[in-house]
Amino acid sequence: MANLWKIFSKGIIQENPIFVLALSLCPAVAVSTTVVNAAAMGLAVMIVISANNISVSLIRKLVNPKVRVPVYIISIATIVTVIELTLKAFAPLIYKDLGVYLQLVVVFAIILARAEVFASKNRVIPSFFDGFGMGFGFFTAMIFIGVIRELFGNGTILGFSVFGSSYPPALIMILPAGGFILIGYLVGVYKIWNERIEKRSGAR
Amino acid sequence: MTEYLVLFVSAAIVNNYVLTRFLGLCIFFGVSKSLDASIGMGMAVTAVITVSSALAWLVYYLFLLPYQLTSLTIVIFVLLVASFVQLLEMVIKKYMPNLHKMWGIYLLLIATNCIALGVPLINVESGFNFLEALVNSFGSGVGFALAIILMASLREKLKLADVPKSLEGLGVAFILAGMLALSFCGFSGMISL
Repeated sequence: MANLWKIFSKGIIQENPIFVLALSLCPAVAVSTTVVNAAAMGLAVMIVISANNISVSLIRKLVNPKVRVPVYIISIATIVTVIELTLKAFAPLIYKDLGVYLQLVVVFAIILARAEVFASKNRVIPSFFDGFGMGFGFFTAMIFIGVIRELFGNGTILGFSVFGSSYPPALIMILPAGGFILIGYLVGVYKIWNERIEKRSGAR
Repeated sequence: MTEYLVLFVSAAIVNNYVLTRFLGLCIFFGVSKSLDASIGMGMAVTAVITVSSALAWLVYYLFLLPYQLTSLTIVIFVLLVASFVQLLEMVIKKYMPNLHKMWGIYLLLIATNCIALGVPLINVESGFNFLEALVNSFGSGVGFALAIILMASLREKLKLADVPKSLEGLGVAFILAGMLALSFCGFSGMISL
């Protein structure tokens, strides 16, 4: 149990997909203008990565290593299609906001990387926790970015006004440029924070 | 004729696929460390996107749409783009070894990339006809090349600058991209489609 927790939790801080691995960057900036969209994207990625880790782990002994990458890609694309059609049917507004970025989840390097590095070598349950942890780390990072951008760019969180009507929204946060700059600074802050943690554990 | 020109300028500059739509960021940040590499990458991306989206358009309208298989669009497009790039790599390796030495590594990086998959999907979603799709894809490739070359030139200058230690590498690259995106905002409103 403790082991599973370790597998799950490493994706949230130590190897948080957005800040550390610098993989799967496109959606982080594009759809994080509001908290709702950021959360929807994070959730979609979390489901895809967990489900794909399960499916890859189940078939890991059947797949010839030479064709493994195309097989993984088909598996990811199928899961993404299922999620896309589900959202289209039940949440058309969010589907419209996410647009092409939802379909592009297929090519997120992190999903293929987890299948290749972890799920293809491990049993089903640890693979699920690995994918779930990575997905959860992605989800929290997306929400974090979404909150900052919506709060400063629009003065609201989840559509509720926070600063009142006298607050002039900083439009740049909603623009693509603001997304880039914000992530740049977050990467820096994250680096300092992680270094401190390492120093502390080193001193011990 | 004018409408195709407008479409081209829109895809390349006004709605630049990298700086305003965030497609292809992985290679944008990965390869923009040196100017030579980014020129090669820009040309490779332009060529691959133009041909692969033309193929994807044909497959969609000749095969997927008539047989009502549009739910398979993502699966088919991913496989199509990735296998086309692999094939191209093999052909170039056999017949143009010099070119392969320059471009080979970039081609494999493009195989599963947001921009190589995103442009064909956007073409189909916007309901472009074949020529429009071709112009849009070529324009987006040129836009990518423009963005990555600008970025590489900036990053080469940046090597001489005194960057705070925590922002070194990816952090400052993102902030630079933000500045670049901000300047591209100046073009918005120039063309409205």
